Amino acid sequence: MGYSLDFGWLADATGAIARGAATTILLIAVTTLAGTLLSILGAAGRRNGPLLLKRAIGVYVEIIRNTPFLVQLFFIFFGLPSIGIRLDPVLAAMLAMTLNMAAYTIEIVGAGLDAVPRGQTEAALALGLRPRQVFVKIVLPQALKVIFPALTSQIVIMMLESAVVSQIAVRELTYEADMLQARTFRAFETYFVVTMVYLVLSMGLRRLLVSGGRRALGAGVS
Amino acid sequence: MIEFTFWDIVRNLLLAARWTVLLSLAAFVGGGVVGMVVLFFRIAKNKWSRRMASGYIALFQGTPLLMQLFLMFFGLPMLGLRIEPWTAAAFGLTFFASAYLAEIWRGGVDALPRGQWDAGASLGLHYLQELRLIILPQAFSITRAPTVGFLVQLIKSTALTSIIGFEELVRTSNAINNATFEPFTVYGLVALIFFIMCFPLTQYARSLERRATKN
Repeated sequence: MGYSLDFGWLADATGAIARGAATTILLIAVTTLAGTLLSILGAAGRRNGPLLLKRAIGVYVEIIRNTPFLVQLFFIFFGLPSIGIRLDPVLAAMLAMTLNMAAYTIEIVGAGLDAVPRGQTEAALALGLRPRQVFVKIVLPQALKVIFPALTSQIVIMMLESAVVSQIAVRELTYEADMLQARTFRAFETYFVVTMVYLVLSMGLRRLLVSGGRRALGAGVS
Repeated sequence: MIEFTFWDIVRNLLLAARWTVLLSLAAFVGGGVVGMVVLFFRIAKNKWSRRMASGYIALFQGTPLLMQLFLMFFGLPMLGLRIEPWTAAAFGLTFFASAYLAEIWRGGVDALPRGQWDAGASLGLHYLQELRLIILPQAFSITRAPTVGFLVQLIKSTALTSIIGFEELVRTSNAINNATFEPFTVYGLVALIFFIMCFPLTQYARSLERRATKN
């Protein structure tokens, strides 16, 4: 028995695919902002914070990095309600994605902070800047420039992993694909089209981040 | 209704973890073999073979693993292959791993000085001998840390095969959770089992990395 491909359903499905893609973009946008902020705080805390905070950040990073994202998501969405923290699926997804990404980017941002020569801090302090100003205006921009490629890759990886949040019924791209294939019985074609949409999204996201980074951090960002 | 004690949950999860381990190993070995082939294409002298391999790698690194698994699960039957969750999972993860491993090893090959190739050629070795005796051993040895690091990623990725119906750790935990209504305990234990599998490897990768930077 031969199987012939059929893309006739696609015309009626573009709306659903676009809606799903928009949700995926929203998820990764929120995660990028919150995750980057959290990882800057985390990396700074791991270097200059009190001992207890340093330990806590270290444990958090190890736990997240050595367990699957899917399990973290299930733990947050199904597990936390039993201790009284009930989250709506979209919030749970955003929280899980942010916590997951930050564990990786804390180490990336940390490596960037270490790469900035000590003399930069000393010179800035000698000019009379306050320690917080030194960090925000002198050290951080230079660190971000160094780590920008690694940060970009991590954001793209997180966007691809966000396909998993369809499992807690967040209506993003994969969820829409599941719904479509259940309606059209064209599973292979549906997932093929959606995979291509993901490919375009990941290439577009990478390009957007690189050009945005070049504008914000100046030349030399690749 | 069957009552699950804490130890019943642990025992069932550990039994299911065997499948997670087995799938990780199968995908790592399979991915290594296919990855070698991709690597050969990726570093070949022919421009088109290099482009094809880059495209293959970009395709797998630019799309979600979950989609790749779905395409395996629904696509292979169209080619007339009878497919079950286990085969779809093993094939899907093998191709996924091959793209990443090829790219990691390619980095190792590129990092070697040009003189290594020239020296091999001047000793009268032909292309395959150069690769086998000079280039690949060095490329593998300097990429050992990222390779182990990828194994950790692969073990974690097996969790996704629960979604296409492969009975590994996460799928079993979903079933246990549905019977016991103790998600906090069940998913906490699953996370712990994954942690026990991955953490030693992470530490090993880190020590390899430290040793590499010291030299």
